[in-house]
Amino acid sequence: MTQKSSWFESPADADKRLAEVGYLSDTATSTTSYLAGALEKPLLVEGPAGVGKTELAKAIARATGADLVRLQCYEGLDEARALYEWNYKKQLLRIQAAGDQSWDETHDDIFTDEFLLTRPLLTAIRREEPTVLLIDEVDKTDVEVEGLLLEVLSDFQVTIPEMGTIVAVRRPLVVLTSNATRELSEAIKRRCLFLHIDYPDSEREREIVVSQVPEVEEELAGQIVEVVAKLRGMELRKAPSIAETIDWARTLVALGTGTLDAAAIDQTLGVILKHASDHDRAVRELRLRAR
Amino acid sequence: MTLLDRHIEFVEALRTAGLPVSLAEGLDAVRAIDVLGIEERETLRAAYAATLLKRQNHRTGFDQVFDLYFPLLIGDGYRIVPGDRHESEDPEDAERSGLSGSDDLVGQDGPQALADFREALTDALALGDPDVLALLAREAVQRFGLIRGRGPGEQRWSSYNVMNRVSPDELVDEVLQGMGLATDDDPAIRRLVEAQAQVFERLVDAEVRRRAAEVRGPQHVARHTIRPGIEQVDFTSARKADLELMRREIQPLARRLATRLSREQHARPRGPLDFRRTVRASMSSGGVPMETRHKPKRPGRTDLVVLCDVSGSVANFASFTLMLVFALREQFNRVRAFTFVDEIHEVTDRFETSNDPAQTMSELAASARYASLWGRTNYGRAFTRFADQHPDALTPKTNLLVLGDARSNHTDLALPVVKDLTYAARHSWWLNPEHARNWNTGDSAAREYGRLIPMVECRNLTQLGEFVHDLA
Ligand SMILES: Nc1ncnc2c1ncn2[C@@H]1O[C@H](COP(=O)(O)OP(=O)(O)O)[C@@H](O)[C@H]1O
Ligand SMILES: [Mg+2]
Repeated sequence: MTQKSSWFESPADADKRLAEVGYLSDTATSTTSYLAGALEKPLLVEGPAGVGKTELAKAIARATGADLVRLQCYEGLDEARALYEWNYKKQLLRIQAAGDQSWDETHDDIFTDEFLLTRPLLTAIRREEPTVLLIDEVDKTDVEVEGLLLEVLSDFQVTIPEMGTIVAVRRPLVVLTSNATRELSEAIKRRCLFLHIDYPDSEREREIVVSQVPEVEEELAGQIVEVVAKLRGMELRKAPSIAETIDWARTLVALGTGTLDAAAIDQTLGVILKHASDHDRAVRELRLRAR
Repeated sequence: MTLLDRHIEFVEALRTAGLPVSLAEGLDAVRAIDVLGIEERETLRAAYAATLLKRQNHRTGFDQVFDLYFPLLIGDGYRIVPGDRHESEDPEDAERSGLSGSDDLVGQDGPQALADFREALTDALALGDPDVLALLAREAVQRFGLIRGRGPGEQRWSSYNVMNRVSPDELVDEVLQGMGLATDDDPAIRRLVEAQAQVFERLVDAEVRRRAAEVRGPQHVARHTIRPGIEQVDFTSARKADLELMRREIQPLARRLATRLSREQHARPRGPLDFRRTVRASMSSGGVPMETRHKPKRPGRTDLVVLCDVSGSVANFASFTLMLVFALREQFNRVRAFTFVDEIHEVTDRFETSNDPAQTMSELAASARYASLWGRTNYGRAFTRFADQHPDALTPKTNLLVLGDARSNHTDLALPVVKDLTYAARHSWWLNPEHARNWNTGDSAAREYGRLIPMVECRNLTQLGEFVHDLA
């Protein structure tokens, strides 16, 4: 039997408690986070890099007092790294040390918990305390891993041939993130609630900046956000994300900048734009240098 | 109508608009609404989106259908308008009654009314307040959007009418002037203001749909006016705003394709065993080789020559295709591109030097000048000139790609020349942006050319992406 876990009480409750731990949410994010807990469905969060997808999962954990188990995805991630793996070397040593013990006995010995390396998916399923399982950047994995995720997320159980089936005592709240560098399979999407996070509107972004960089003057924060909005309107190879807006605010505060004029922007643009061609374009279109 | 009826119709309308909502997802939505209880409209929207919407490029269609089935207001909304006085009058009559100072808002139109309205809109665009814009959009439809209904009492509204009268595009300059800026002073601000004008336009569209849904039912409106996602819009019927969206889709599409291609290359059978690395790796497991190591595979890359018709109607299709091909140029050994109308002109260097899609598009449009001698599309002449001027371009390692609608103004098709080109190349394809059912109609030479070069329908970004993926 799975225990019924209580996450958020309502969208408003989610909104409030996320804000208390420093995550400024909006209606869609709060509602969907609430539903993920209430319906016990995995939540797939998609959006460009740096808009707060990973941070949302962490904030849900903080806000609900759950622990975070994180599976970072990458190309080439496999079952052994995602689910579990037998500790071959330790097993080998054990076999060598077995002496005249019968093979059957040795076999039973070496396929026990002691020799099992649990990876994030299995860890999350075995935990008895409230857990947020963050499966970060799923779009970076290969399609086979999606098959594995689907299995685990459907039944919340894992079968280890040598040990039997392990069923979750308490279902973790699962958050998957994706930068949408590729489409995930239909099957995964069907299984999940879907939330697309985009760049926030100016007002919310200003609030985020002020909350993350409390030293920043309200007025400067407003100017920063305004310039960032202009930059996002340009066709850049890499548009600045919230993470970059925050970095920029920190830099400007450290430099003691009072007002964001052309010279100040020009000097610090490298903090938010990473490509030389984007840099040139911004200098041109923001008219930063007299011609 | 009960909530459940409405839910069922809503889900049905989403499917009609091209969102593949499964039965299970529909049930998830019901459960979501159940745990939420009666909620505020935006929460309801979020709950539906979380359960039914699984791809961001369906978002626009989803919101449009949602607005139809769960409208914010009914009737004239924020103002109670007396009577339906103008419903059976001509728009001209309405204009006259505006002049004569009628108080009614419906159809109240006239020079003064228009000037006042545009002033208010100019202020709103400068402020960028979404609530004010929404209010003005509603008012604009009421005042300027009325068209005469077919039957008595049946009102109809048109966003075309509104845009025609109000021309929000023209207000952008005025907004900038109000900020003390000349038209080209600050392109970044200009774009922000233009974006506000587009927001207004979308709000007007939505308001017209809402009103139409009140008269003809949401189902009817959903079926007839919801446009598919941008990836499904035909290149040849795209509006200006669509083209902009499409252009912005090219880079992400290229990135997705590149990721997919590199994955697939990795997934191919492994290269030959690398003995030394395998032995070295086995050291850590006491000399037992747990894992084998392999040499990398060397995928063979091909050359690509692209010939593109850049005459009027198909120019956009050609530039999107070229942009996509060049965005993926690492996937090919070498890419050369030529444009033509009736003359051939190489444009390879324009793509090689610039990373800027907006600039590339405009340069490509300008290049049509060099590709055109008489200005009328002549495929036969263009192929002949290509064969004469670039006899070495095609080799047994080159793939040839022709882009165009094969409409050659009934000129000589130069079929023998085309046949020689296909012999010279390794493979050849022809991408035609027209719906296959229109091939061979009028002056289309799709059949004749299609016999020599396999012709593929390529109407939208989805089809284009699939083709380019298979090509690389
Ligand atoms: N809604 C938000 N409230 C507070 N901080 C945020 C919010 N969204 C983003 N951030 C900040 O932006 C940074 C980048 O977010 P992150 O979650 O790493 O992005 P992603 O995972 O989408 O690439 C975070 O460290 C956080 O400080
Ligand atoms: Mg992240």
